[in-house]
Amino acid sequence: MEHIVIIGNGISGVTLARHIRKLSDKKITIVSAETDYFFSRTALMYVYMGHMKFEHTQPYENWFWKKNRIELKKGYIKTVETKSKTLHFADGDTLQYDKLVIATGSKPNKFGWPGQDLNGVLGMYHKQDLENLEKLAPSKEVCKRAVIVGGGLIGIELAEMLNSRKIPVTFLVRESSFWNGVLPEGESQMINEHIKHHHIDLRLSTNLKEIKSDENGNVKSVIIEETSEELTCNVVGLTAGVSPNIDFIKDSEIETGRGVKVNRFLETNIPDVYAIGDCAEQHEAIGNRRPIEAVWYTGRMMGETLAQTICGNRIAYKPGHWFNSAKFLDIEYQTYGWVHGSKGRPDYEQHFHWKHPKEDICITVAFHKDTNEFLGINTFGIRMRHEIFDRWLTEKRDVNHVMSYLKDANFDPEFYKAYESDIIKQFNTEFNTNLTTHKKSWKRIFSKA
Amino acid sequence: MKAIKHIGLVIFLIGLGIFTALPLLGTFNLNETDFNTIISNQNIKSEVFINELKSEVVGKDFNGMQTLSPKISKAISNANEAHTKNKEWDKKIYTKSSDMAAMIGKTSANGFIANNKGLVWFLTFGLGIIGALMFILPNVILLGAKGIKNDGIYHESATNRGWIGWMVFIFLVSFYLVLYFASEYATNWTLLVDPISEALSGNPAGHWFVYGFMYCVVMTVMAVRMYIKYRHNIYQVFRTTSVLFFQIVFAFLIPEIMVRLQMPYYDFKNAFPLDYDFFFQWNLKNLINNGGIGIFILVWGIVLTLIIVPVMVYFFGKRWYCSWVCGCGGLAETLGDPYRQHSDKSLFAWKVERYLIHAVLVFVVVMTGMTLYSFFTESGTVLGIQTSTVQNIYSLIIGSIFAGVIGTGFYPIFGNRVWCRFGCPLAAYLGFVQRFKSRFRITTNGGQCISCGNCSTYCEQGIDVRAYAQKGENIIRSSCVGCGICSAVCPRGVLKLENGPEKGRINPTEILLGNDVDLMDLVNQK
Ligand SMILES: Cc1cc2nc3c(=O)[nH]c(=O)nc-3n(C[C@H](O)[C@H](O)[C@H](O)COP(=O)(O)OP(=O)(O)OC[C@H]3O[C@@H](n4cnc5c(N)ncnc54)[C@H](O)[C@@H]3O)c2cc1C
Ligand code: SF4
Ligand code: SF4
Repeated sequence: MEHIVIIGNGISGVTLARHIRKLSDKKITIVSAETDYFFSRTALMYVYMGHMKFEHTQPYENWFWKKNRIELKKGYIKTVETKSKTLHFADGDTLQYDKLVIATGSKPNKFGWPGQDLNGVLGMYHKQDLENLEKLAPSKEVCKRAVIVGGGLIGIELAEMLNSRKIPVTFLVRESSFWNGVLPEGESQMINEHIKHHHIDLRLSTNLKEIKSDENGNVKSVIIEETSEELTCNVVGLTAGVSPNIDFIKDSEIETGRGVKVNRFLETNIPDVYAIGDCAEQHEAIGNRRPIEAVWYTGRMMGETLAQTICGNRIAYKPGHWFNSAKFLDIEYQTYGWVHGSKGRPDYEQHFHWKHPKEDICITVAFHKDTNEFLGINTFGIRMRHEIFDRWLTEKRDVNHVMSYLKDANFDPEFYKAYESDIIKQFNTEFNTNLTTHKKSWKRIFSKA
Repeated sequence: MKAIKHIGLVIFLIGLGIFTALPLLGTFNLNETDFNTIISNQNIKSEVFINELKSEVVGKDFNGMQTLSPKISKAISNANEAHTKNKEWDKKIYTKSSDMAAMIGKTSANGFIANNKGLVWFLTFGLGIIGALMFILPNVILLGAKGIKNDGIYHESATNRGWIGWMVFIFLVSFYLVLYFASEYATNWTLLVDPISEALSGNPAGHWFVYGFMYCVVMTVMAVRMYIKYRHNIYQVFRTTSVLFFQIVFAFLIPEIMVRLQMPYYDFKNAFPLDYDFFFQWNLKNLINNGGIGIFILVWGIVLTLIIVPVMVYFFGKRWYCSWVCGCGGLAETLGDPYRQHSDKSLFAWKVERYLIHAVLVFVVVMTGMTLYSFFTESGTVLGIQTSTVQNIYSLIIGSIFAGVIGTGFYPIFGNRVWCRFGCPLAAYLGFVQRFKSRFRITTNGGQCISCGNCSTYCEQGIDVRAYAQKGENIIRSSCVGCGICSAVCPRGVLKLENGPEKGRINPTEILLGNDVDLMDLVNQK
């Protein structure tokens, strides 16, 4: 029986294993150094915040693996020998494979800051980081202040976590406005305000220079690059992005760049070795996507796809329309298609922005200046129906259509206040159109394109 | 703000403490006249009983029910023993000793509590309400901006099965045990709400009136907590208002007022088979003897169960009943909300659920079949089994222990819907309709799920919502009561409760939206 070994029990590796099992009888082993069982990394924050226990982050009960004949092995793989198809574990053990899948995810970036390895400095990626944080910052009495470096999605989650225990947080963000590499100005501004509203000390256009230690090797303070200001703190969270967790294969024959280099079939340069998830790097970016996509959905989609290839139906990785979601403290964010921030925004991309006069609710719709083709939407504080936007993008609908049928796309809970008419009113004024909103229609919503 | 909260907690605990002490306090002195009235009202012919009470109880001062009650139960058992021996069946006393003690206690209570009902009401209910509101209201400010407020639930003893949780458990279980099995100890409580009961129905309060009144009070106070906690979520606000309305108006006020108007006591929203004794002989007789209104109730009860309930479930899902109307659901969604995370999500629990709840449904249907058979044929037995024995077993095991003691008492340990999930025969019936013929579903939003598990954790019905959502599948489960909390707590906006066309409601998927469309077709069409 062919033996498939998957390194990494994250969403990509586990999705792959599940799908291989559905398609075949192959022997499957998942190796991970982090935990015995798959858990949802995205939910780490909720454990610290007391919304859940760690066991709740595990999507499958423990019997699931045995029942599906997926072997789990805990251990850290130190080297990969592709010639003899052998994996070497840190503890000296070895494992033979017929096909190998690298799904080792990411690790937090460290940019060589002085003091970045002190006790009290941590990332927020692995389960061990969570345990570490619980030790270092159990309460506001033990941790008098925390400084977070890097204004991305994990940074703001870490800020929310600490905030939930009333620990004062200073949030250093390199950009001039939160996440404005991705978000258009209006939205980014709104999030800035929201962060401050939660009493988080947000410092924009601010870089870390150095982390200082006390006599015991614990974090004492950080120094800010721009002002040389010294901030006393007990914990420093490094959340300036992630990069592929692939140091252990740097010496193997597998080609790597920032990540493990793969073609569209998720194959590496070595036969029978594949890479998926956060650690995979496409030779060429697919559409507007980045060559490395460290998001949950990408890992899952790659797992779904690679299972076909491994089970004899060689298929290229062809992701559909881009979508993503996040939550900024209390504000939910969803996006479908492409809406660019000021950086990297193509000339033809025009935006329509509507914001609620009082609440933290807004949308930005991107469309082609000349053809009016709908390109994408960002929504804050309004939930939207994935299927509808996916269909509109496939059908290349124009922005007027999207505006008129926005009610079909609304996914807020029942009885929520709807804003479609306000939105369309503003759109009509700005673009001199005469659109009217159409009533929501189940027939349209459920008709498959 | 914090200080107000703390003071509120202290006040609440004082009120609760006095309330808890009341069953053991109070003085009782049964005078000759009242005693004679009871004897003649109850049609008691046992001279053994009468003499023993005359010598042991009448005219004597008792401090606390615990001194009075044993005397009465002893007298009853002595009397019955003697009469059984002498085969004097007509002299035997069939009134339960706790009912007899409650009756005697109620008429003979004299001391401070009986003479200061208003004051003691204030010291118990009043302080409880004021304290609880002082504890809850500051959350408007303390909880900060609106949004999901689950911080610290698993850190706190009360909501994480810590010692506070266990204390609440002990309190609730004891309370239900008193209510169902030792109602004489509720005598003092009944005194406090006599004025309210008299104003409504014209009668003094019994222990079920205390329960009904407390139910409304607790739900109202905890509904305030719900309003504050979920103030960003209008679905929750509407739903809470609805259960509160149905509890206060339909379950509490209307039945009491009907009694005042010489009509049968009836809760118009309590549908059979949850209302398991609807077809019991005494109820049918009572309804039939009550003329027009009785017949109306009889027809309404049948139409409610056979037509209204399933048709509404077809259009809206069982939520219209279970989390918008029902009293059990109402308490679960208010008092029980802090405990919703304790429902067991394992496959094992789901199996237990399906066996148990359907067994109860079968039980109630068989029992009702026997009851009706007995009613129409006027024979007490069916196939040699006594109908009344079956009814008593159901009332005791299901009606009292399961629905009451376990259903509510176990909130802090097993979550707030133990009864609704494992026991309620009406829920089982609605569940069939919801599962097989309904427009209701929880739609999963394409591929947006990140498997975080918030939805499953907070599903009070123990549904592993994530298991569906992470596959892109809609959630169609007979047990879902449509509380909407899974949708509320989802950080990615993945879940929406909605009523739509039946076609495509159940949508098993393997590959989620967002991936290669050809791959989706290939795998999902199989
Ligand atoms: C706090 C946080 C919040 C997030 N929120 C979101 C979100 O909301 N939406 C979203 O789209 N994405 C989110 N992400 C990103 C998302 O979690 C990742 O993209 C995804 O988990 C990557 O999955 P993966 O399977 O590629 O790798 P991982 O989940 O990282 O799994 C890889 C596993 O391999 C193990 N491993 C690595 N090297 C070795 C070795 N040599 N030997 C043995 N085992 C090894 C690792 O220990 C790890 O357990 C979040 C990430 C974090 C950290
Ligand atoms: S699935 Fe959702 S709506 Fe249904 S009972 Fe569970 S939490 Fe409530
Ligand atoms: S809460 Fe939402 S994102 Fe999290 S597992 Fe449930 S459906 Fe998925």
